[in-house]
Amino acid sequence: MSKAVIDALVERFPEAVYDPYEGVGGDDCAFVKKERIAEVCGWLKTDPRMQFNYAPYITAVDYLGQTPRFEVVYNLLSTKTNARIRLRVKVPEDDCVLESVTAVWRGADWFERYCFDMYGIRFTNHPDLRRLFMYDEFVGHPLRKDYPLRGRQPLVVEREVHDIYRGPGPATRD
Amino acid sequence: MASELDTLPVITTRRDEAQGFLEGLVSKGLGWARKYSLFTYPFVTACCGMEYMTLASARYDSDRFGAAMPRFSPRQADLLMVVGTVNCKQAPILRRIYEQIADPKWVMAFGVCASSGGFYDNYATVQGIDRIIPVDIYVPGCPPRPEQVLDGIMLLQKKIQDQAHKLVDRKQLPVVGREPAAG
Repeated sequence: MSKAVIDALVERFPEAVYDPYEGVGGDDCAFVKKERIAEVCGWLKTDPRMQFNYAPYITAVDYLGQTPRFEVVYNLLSTKTNARIRLRVKVPEDDCVLESVTAVWRGADWFERYCFDMYGIRFTNHPDLRRLFMYDEFVGHPLRKDYPLRGRQPLVVEREVHDIYRGPGPATRD
Repeated sequence: MASELDTLPVITTRRDEAQGFLEGLVSKGLGWARKYSLFTYPFVTACCGMEYMTLASARYDSDRFGAAMPRFSPRQADLLMVVGTVNCKQAPILRRIYEQIADPKWVMAFGVCASSGGFYDNYATVQGIDRIIPVDIYVPGCPPRPEQVLDGIMLLQKKIQDQAHKLVDRKQLPVVGREPAAG
């Protein structure tokens, strides 16, 4: 749909944007180099032809076993031109640091906190990078593929239960 | 050779008998009064709350069983209804709510998530609130139909009637879930 958008983006940042393709549903997708993401996002928001003034969803993906391991996905929407674009940023495991885009979209604040909470990806220049869902005592990042599925970290000492299905013992057992 | 004392029944004085009889009467009366005036504290955390609303409103009307007065202060409640999923972050809150309710108090686990964690067998969810606080009655279902909850309330009323009630109870209250101090 917005082929003009992706073409203009590749033309503007030929060394930062690579491998553009049309994703599921016709959204334009492209990979962006990690160091340039804030710059690319700032241009997409402020350029009068683009005007991507809304970031509906920013999330992360853990491709365990691949290098680079993580990927941060920026879904952008322009309410002026009704165009959508998806930017994917590869993030290696040993350098999980990105530049924050909260200066571009204020609403990216909680999405980046979510990515930090669930995947451990840190964002520089973020105003308040705390956990979003889990409690501060929680160790690790639960949506990483190598986090144990039942890795519960109870905050209170749990009572002993005697149960046929769950078996005896507190929840730290299972 | 067994002494003939072994076969004798336990000797109770008339005073003991009379006291036990009176205590039984008082217990029955208090149980009858308490089972029909369950003030509930709805600890509603998830989608079972919709079913709780159905239960409390006109069609199913848990007020018929005397259990429809939601008190939004735990200090005025008798029955803690834990309606919905409780996750690890909420567990200290739930325990505090339970400790704030004055005795006598009862707890109902409403729905599978409160009873056993349900299908949320993951990093965040407490596998049943009985890991946090003692539970008197479990109502399974995802969510349970209001009839099931009414059945649970009736079973709880039967349980309350059969419990021993006292006018003045000076027993040492158990502290829930805390590990005894080491040594």
